[in-house]
Amino acid sequence: MQALYAQLLVGLINGSFYALLSLGLAVIFGMLNIINFAHGALYMMGAFVAYFLLNLGGINYWWALLLAPVIVGIFGMILERTMLQWLTGLDHLYGLLLTFGIALIVQGVFQNYFGSSGLPYAIPDQLKGGMNLGFMFLPVYRGWVVIFSLVVCIATWFLIEKTRLGAYLRAATENPTLVRAFGINVPRMITLTYGLGVGLAALAGVLSAPINQVRPLMGADLIIVVFAVVVIGGMGSIMGSIITGFALGVIEGLTKYFYPEASNTVVFVLMVLVLLVKPTGLTGRAA
Amino acid sequence: MKKSIASFLIGTALAVTTAGAAFAQDKTVKIGALSDQSGLYADLGGPGSTLAAQMAVEDSGLAAKGWKIDIISGDHQNKPDIGTAIARQWFDVDKVDVIVDVPNSGVALAVNNVVKEKNGVYINSGAATSDLTNAQCSPNTVHWTYDTYMLAHTTGQALVKAGGDTWFFLTADYAFGAALERDTTAVVVANGGKVVGGVKHPLNTPDFSSFLLQAQASKAKIIGLANAGGDTTNSIKQAAEFGIVKGGQKLAALLLFLTDVKAIGLETAQGLNFTETFYWDMDDKTRAFSKRFADKMKNHAPPTMVQAGVYAGLRHYFKALDALGGNPHDGVKVVEKMKLMPTEDDLFGKGAIQPNGRTIHNAYLFEVKKPSESKGPWDFYKLVGTVSGDQAFTPLSESKCALLKK
Repeated sequence: MQALYAQLLVGLINGSFYALLSLGLAVIFGMLNIINFAHGALYMMGAFVAYFLLNLGGINYWWALLLAPVIVGIFGMILERTMLQWLTGLDHLYGLLLTFGIALIVQGVFQNYFGSSGLPYAIPDQLKGGMNLGFMFLPVYRGWVVIFSLVVCIATWFLIEKTRLGAYLRAATENPTLVRAFGINVPRMITLTYGLGVGLAALAGVLSAPINQVRPLMGADLIIVVFAVVVIGGMGSIMGSIITGFALGVIEGLTKYFYPEASNTVVFVLMVLVLLVKPTGLTGRAA
Repeated sequence: MKKSIASFLIGTALAVTTAGAAFAQDKTVKIGALSDQSGLYADLGGPGSTLAAQMAVEDSGLAAKGWKIDIISGDHQNKPDIGTAIARQWFDVDKVDVIVDVPNSGVALAVNNVVKEKNGVYINSGAATSDLTNAQCSPNTVHWTYDTYMLAHTTGQALVKAGGDTWFFLTADYAFGAALERDTTAVVVANGGKVVGGVKHPLNTPDFSSFLLQAQASKAKIIGLANAGGDTTNSIKQAAEFGIVKGGQKLAALLLFLTDVKAIGLETAQGLNFTETFYWDMDDKTRAFSKRFADKMKNHAPPTMVQAGVYAGLRHYFKALDALGGNPHDGVKVVEKMKLMPTEDDLFGKGAIQPNGRTIHNAYLFEVKKPSESKGPWDFYKLVGTVSGDQAFTPLSESKCALLKK
């Protein structure tokens, strides 16, 4: 029984990454209608920026949590301005193909220069060590990841669903012409939103750097699972992504305990089951 | 009638001589470097293995003797079907003579069958499974660098003898993991130890925490990592995070490469014991080769033992071709010649290829240095012990290879 609690907690930790990443995807899809396949590559860039900040600039983890999302977010906004904006109004497929291509190029460039086995990034001193919870040894860093991700997820949800800015944003996606008539700069809002989604991916990358290696393919390994999370949660649904992210982390953790061989596929089995019953995803609305 | 028989015999004799002459004059070779070029084993083999093959060609001196040697490379993506498709295309269309490297035991065993069918030469350096020269041995195959039997009988044995008598395995769920767990279990049991449990994880798993918790709960003294590349680095890193080594359990990295230690960082990897058959900083000869190699690598990394094995294996192959006086394009014939000649090169020293295709040479037990002991970006290993080839690799008396039953 103790082992089961431990697995639940570990699942929750992995779920934090799924939630953060799928949240960014949901924001971008919900607001921009772009299926952002470059999300994994941008997550990887977040981890690499943290690595460079530390090793080239001596800038520590705490600053990286702030700076990496901003730097990668700016990179994302440049992408949006120079490439993605031309796809406005076209079928989702174009955005998917373009972002997939971007992901391959970014990953290829990093792999070319840094190889595939990755670079080490140490856990910050303040978060080293762990505590004995009775049923398991919880590394402090992992506890921090869960709490920090939860806070970020709720803050993002609040920003989009409960603030005036979020209301403008949602209105702009519903009827851009009307919103523009009110004197609001819709293209700039869209660019900023893409930057926000990308920043969330980069933030997850920084969080992940001390746990996983900083590897060029770290995003590619994760992105398919994250897409499954978004599909199960309902494309574009913010709360759906957050809840499904955490829930799937837990389910995957339990699978690793009961039948480890299936742990890589359980998410997709669930996706199929959910889509059979409710094609719009758990909390998605029919288009 | 008599006349026609005589003319037939003369004709045949002539044909044989001309064929012999043609083969003696044929001095073309095509090498296929088949590896994981972009996945979790790309740094330990991959582009570095192709570079090692190129250096072997340059150092062989055969070009000066009129040989024309080409190299092509391919990415098997760790998928047996892709690996065999490339191998078939190479033999059928590109007329490749020899396939080298091929990390990933699943792919390696599949390619082994293709090479045998096409009568090519297969010098495997990257794969670990001891089945390549045991149950699935082939007259076309030479297994150069290391194998699971050797890893089990060096690292595994040393740890059991040091008191690690209860084991829990974290095993990569494919041919390599299964072979390494099987071979190590045999050693643990033979030395009076016990395996108390294990878990099979999918290849390329980013998060090991669930598995590590199970290993922790098993209370085994040794957690045996029957995985490789990115899976091993993630296991070791996350085991440190979960306080496993501090809690009194010991990690056995049954297979660890130079590039893995680089990826983990000495801070976390220090003190790990493991076995390799090549390390760049062994003597002047290995250092000289490694420097030349690193200068040509994009990230200036010295060669791993897999890449060193590609070089040494090909050098020996060229010696055999040179001795034959030309390329007969007959895999069995070339491999037979390779087995007849003792092996000797700057990287692995003296050795021999056994009749089952297994190359035997020294194996070395290493320990990862403390960060304070390391003097440079790739100064990672301390030599703990040397095991001679006949002690490290499968004795012929234990081999199930069909080639030995002649």
